[in-house]
Amino acid sequence: MSTETLTHDEHHDHGPESGLKRWLFTTNHKDIGTLYLLFSLLMFFVGGAMAMVIRAELFQPGLQFVDPAFYNQMTTMHALIMIFGAVMPAFVGLANWMLPMMVGAPDMALPRMNNWSFWILPFAFTLLLSTLFMPGGAPAGGWTMYPPLVLQLGDAFPFLIFSVHLMGASSIMGAINIIVTIMNMRAPGMSLLKMPLFPWTWLITAYLLIAVMPVLAGAVTMLLTDQFFGTSFFTASGGGDPVMFQHIFWFFGHPEVYIMILPAFGIISEVIPTFARKKLFGYEAMVYATASIAFLSFIVWAHHMFTVGMPLSGQLFFMISTMLIAVPTGVKVFNWVATMWRGAMTFETPMLFALAFLFLFTIGGFSGLMLAIVPADLQYHDSYFVVAHFHYVLVPGAIFSIMCAVYYWLPKWTGHMYNETLGKWHFWLSTIFVNVTFFPQHFLGLAGMPRRIPDYSTQFADFNWISSVGAFGFGLSQLLFVYIIFSCIRGGQKATDRVWEGSHGLEWTLPSPAPYHSFETAPEIR
Amino acid sequence: MAHTKDQYYVPHGSHWPIVGSVGLFLTMIGASSMLNGSATGKFFLIVGIGVLMVMVFGWFGVVIRESVAGYYNSQVDKSFRMGMLWFILSEVMFFAAFFGALFYARQYSIPWIGGEGNNFFTNLLLWQGYESTWPTNGPAEVGGDYEAMPPMGLPAINTAILLTSGITITIAHHALKDMNRRILSLGLLATWLLGFLFVGLQAYEYMHAYEAMNLTLGSGIYGSTFYMLTGFHGLHVTLGATMLLVIWLRVLKGHFTPENHFAFEAVAWYWHFVDVVWLGLYIFVYWL
Repeated sequence: MSTETLTHDEHHDHGPESGLKRWLFTTNHKDIGTLYLLFSLLMFFVGGAMAMVIRAELFQPGLQFVDPAFYNQMTTMHALIMIFGAVMPAFVGLANWMLPMMVGAPDMALPRMNNWSFWILPFAFTLLLSTLFMPGGAPAGGWTMYPPLVLQLGDAFPFLIFSVHLMGASSIMGAINIIVTIMNMRAPGMSLLKMPLFPWTWLITAYLLIAVMPVLAGAVTMLLTDQFFGTSFFTASGGGDPVMFQHIFWFFGHPEVYIMILPAFGIISEVIPTFARKKLFGYEAMVYATASIAFLSFIVWAHHMFTVGMPLSGQLFFMISTMLIAVPTGVKVFNWVATMWRGAMTFETPMLFALAFLFLFTIGGFSGLMLAIVPADLQYHDSYFVVAHFHYVLVPGAIFSIMCAVYYWLPKWTGHMYNETLGKWHFWLSTIFVNVTFFPQHFLGLAGMPRRIPDYSTQFADFNWISSVGAFGFGLSQLLFVYIIFSCIRGGQKATDRVWEGSHGLEWTLPSPAPYHSFETAPEIR
Repeated sequence: MAHTKDQYYVPHGSHWPIVGSVGLFLTMIGASSMLNGSATGKFFLIVGIGVLMVMVFGWFGVVIRESVAGYYNSQVDKSFRMGMLWFILSEVMFFAAFFGALFYARQYSIPWIGGEGNNFFTNLLLWQGYESTWPTNGPAEVGGDYEAMPPMGLPAINTAILLTSGITITIAHHALKDMNRRILSLGLLATWLLGFLFVGLQAYEYMHAYEAMNLTLGSGIYGSTFYMLTGFHGLHVTLGATMLLVIWLRVLKGHFTPENHFAFEAVAWYWHFVDVVWLGLYIFVYWL
């Protein structure tokens, strides 16, 4: 048989399978990307509903709707679900959809493992969510699972531990797949420094994942054996130390923070040049800045623990190393601004989200800098200031970048343009409400309102109802997002291949919607 | 399925991953319920592990058949290699967490309980009379009197066994490259036998420790770090030796060529990783 007929056959038997089998058995990066993104959207609403319970309870001082034990379950589960269920899977979904198209590959490097890394997640979250109905309730000691508090959990405890193991296994497999795809599947001629920024930031993120997810697995395994098998890792009477858990946990936890923001940097670095119609300013500096942030993320973890006590030299080291992160992050922010300088800018929805990211993430970054100062942190620790800080980097940071990416690439995925008017409505509602929600929390925290408490002193009442109104508004606005996505999938104005006038990169050379298999023959790289 | 060598092999849909997910799900439900004292837990655990075994056989079976049929070009081979190396790195980091716990306990928590630095009052008020030492089961002497595991004797023999197995697998690898299949299969046979011998001796050491030395998982931080580090290592040796056994059976069936033997190398890398972890264990857990 000649090569042509063989290749021809290939096209025929490589279409999607029919019905449910397509989604359960798929090895296609686009199908798996879609699954990841839809799963993430679902979890965004599950976690969001929990946030609504929290804000409803905090609307007024006093206990109104839920009892304190359930309130604590809501804060803990909200965090676990948003981190491991919404933000991380969304980024992996975007990686699945976009990386093969951006580096000129036919698919992800390890397609069957790709399926597995997704399909572990629904089971892991079934385990986690089932704890809500167990004797003793769901995890309530905070997502950080500090002992000895977490050991007081009821039947939920082993389910929590094992669901974290499963999420970790899924993340590690996803990360291995992404690294191998980028290192082995790039089109000939695409050297690493010709690669777009989104694959670059994901490459570095994947290294972080492989380095720290196993450490989390180790930490929760120690919790499990302390609880059930009589070990003394976190018990001082046996020679261990509860603070040791915090060290191991945050050795995972701080890089985890960057796992949730580095891909966002990549997205913003794709979107701003497109709508400024200029090349990204300082491409190489962006790559090196990303790598520097990743390196620094390993040596700053104890800034989460200044108040548990540590030697002065430790406090100084972790304070200064934390502040150093502002340098590469500043490089990035200035490069984005410089990219827009004298650009021919237009303000479609993705660009609006990118600009909001730039402003609001920077606010979150600056409040992080304030928290890095040890004497200041002793005041801010465990207050609403911290809540405001990390929500500014995660909601108008990570989540806005995900929305930005969805609007930016949705025409490529579906072949239709989304409704621009509704998109702009979604943007403005989200941006206004996110600030109404979280900006007052800075003041609450500085005035001394502690986090993770269902009731508060009446002096905090005003800012709390403002924050709650903002939260309900933000939550409702996201229904618009769902409507826009699904109406875009169903129909709309035909998208061109390039979609955006200023678009750049291999993914825009493919038709819209992108064919089931990306680049069966590798493209030429100039 | 029709396929060309110059194309990257992208498989059809596969049902094995979802089978694996269901298996993991049942296993985790079973293990959790057992730990919570439920009688049905064991049933779920056994079924779950059974499903996982079926998945492992089925999934690897497909991959082996595809490999033997020649679907994998050099680029696919490279993907597998990279994937295995990064998987091993993730395993290294898993052990790093437990080594970290060991170092932290020895360097910080135990000296602090003993009053070092500015912890004088910690010692005076909470753990009066406790002097920092290693090995220790803590100021409350959790688990009662015990003997520490000496580095000589069995652990030293086990070290020699693992190091020897590292040599035999290298001999096998060279034999594979030289097309000397007799030495190849003998080398592999020796390697997996030594691997299981190690596991057997380790099991004997544990029984001795429990019965004669009263050294248990519950013997404070020393017992915790000792058993968790050597225990997870032992699990990895068991897994590695099982993989060696499978590779040996494949060699007997005539698989692998000097150019194309990713599975062999992956297992060899894994075996060396297990070996290196043991050296770390021997130095920091048994010896120092």
